[in-house]
Amino acid sequence: MNGVLEAIRAALPNAVVELVNNPSPSAQHSLLVDRKDGRAVAEFLRDSLGFDFCSNVSGVDWPPRKVKETVVIKEMVDGVGKEVKTTVERDVPGYLEVVYHLYSIAKKTGPAILRMRTGDRADDVSVPSLTPVWKSADFQEREVFDLFGIRFDGHPDLRRILMWDEFADHPMRKDYAAPDDFEYEPTPHDEILAKVKASTEAA
Amino acid sequence: MLDEALRSDLQKRGIFVASFEDLYNWGRKNSLWPLQFGLACCAIEMIATAAARFDMARFGAEVFRPSPRQADLMIIAGTVTKKMAPLVVRLYNQMPEPKYVIAMGACAISGGPFKEGYNVLKGIDRYIPVDVAIPGCPPRPEALLEGLIKLQEKIEGQRLFGPNRARHADTSNAADYPVPSYGAHDLEPPMNPAVFKPEPARRDPE
Repeated sequence: MNGVLEAIRAALPNAVVELVNNPSPSAQHSLLVDRKDGRAVAEFLRDSLGFDFCSNVSGVDWPPRKVKETVVIKEMVDGVGKEVKTTVERDVPGYLEVVYHLYSIAKKTGPAILRMRTGDRADDVSVPSLTPVWKSADFQEREVFDLFGIRFDGHPDLRRILMWDEFADHPMRKDYAAPDDFEYEPTPHDEILAKVKASTEAA
Repeated sequence: MLDEALRSDLQKRGIFVASFEDLYNWGRKNSLWPLQFGLACCAIEMIATAAARFDMARFGAEVFRPSPRQADLMIIAGTVTKKMAPLVVRLYNQMPEPKYVIAMGACAISGGPFKEGYNVLKGIDRYIPVDVAIPGCPPRPEALLEGLIKLQEKIEGQRLFGPNRARHADTSNAADYPVPSYGAHDLEPPMNPAVFKPEPARRDPE
C-alpha cells in the first residue's frame, strides 16, 4: 500500500479514504473508502495506479457489537483533581462490508485491498458496483448480493447466483438460521448437543 | 413351482424350463440403461466405472442414455443441492417404469459432509425411492460395480404378481412423485412423507 493512500488523497482531495491497519505479520493493510467515493477511487486505482485486475470480491457481516474502551477522565477525589482510567462500553451499530482485492498485472504489484461499508444491515445496504470498472467483479458481486444481501448500484445483472430466485434469506449473515431439517448424529456434540438437549427438554 | 430335480433333469436333456417372471427379470437385470448425468465428484468415479479400465459393460449397464425416456437406472452420482433437487425428481418422473435408483456416495445418501449446510438436500431418499445406497466419498468404481450387482440381485428376486410384488408392478402406487418447489427458506415440502420414512431421530445425548 506504499504511496497508494497518498496518491489517492492527492488526486481526489474530497474522497473520504482511511487506512485500516492489519496488525498480523502479513501486514496487508486495506483502504476503507466511503461508498459515495467508491466508484471514483476505483477508477483512479485502475487508470492512474495500474490496478488492472480485480481478483476477489467478498462480503463481511458486522453485527451490532459492544466495544470496550479505556478512557481517562478527570475526577475530584478528596478535593484534588485526579485522572482516573475507566472502561466504557460503546455500542457500534452493525453494517455490511464488501472487500475487493486488486492487483496490477502490468506493474506486478498488489494486492491493494479496498473496503466499502453499508449504512446498516437492514434497509441501507447499497454500495456502488465496481463491475463497470473491473468486469471480473460481476459474478462475485452477485455472490455477495446472494449470500450477504448487499445491493450493488449500477450492477448490470444483479440476480442471485447460488440460491434460487425465490429464496428470501442471506445465508452468510451471522444471524441466519438454517432450516432444522436433518436428523441428528447418533453421538451429538457441541452445538448439536445443545440443540438436542433443548429439544428433549421441550418434549 | 417346478420341482428343482425335474428342472435339472430336463435341462440335461436340452429343455430349459423357466417361469415368465424369471425370464423377464433375467432380461431386465442384464440390460440396465443408466441415465447419463452426474452431479459432483462421484460422477468422475462413475465415468471411470463406465470406461475401459473397470468396464461396466461386463455387467450389461454400459449404455448411458442422455434422455430419461430411454433410461431405467438413475445413478445419483454426487451432491444434490436444494436448487438441483426438483430437477432430479422431474427427471425421475420422466423415466419409464420399471425404474431403479442408486444413491452413490455419502452426499446422495444423507448430505454427507454438507449435512449441516443450508443448501444441500440431506439425501435424495427424501423425494424418490432409493433401491441401493453405496457409501463412500466417493465410492471406488469397484463399489459402484458391487452396488450394480446388488441391484441386479434385487431385480432378479422381484415378483410381478401377488402381495409381495415390486413397486412398479403395483398399480396402486403413484406414477409420479411430487416435484418440490422453491420456497422462501427451503424446498416446499422439505420431503415427501410417502417416500421418506426415517427411523425416529434419537434425541438422547447419552
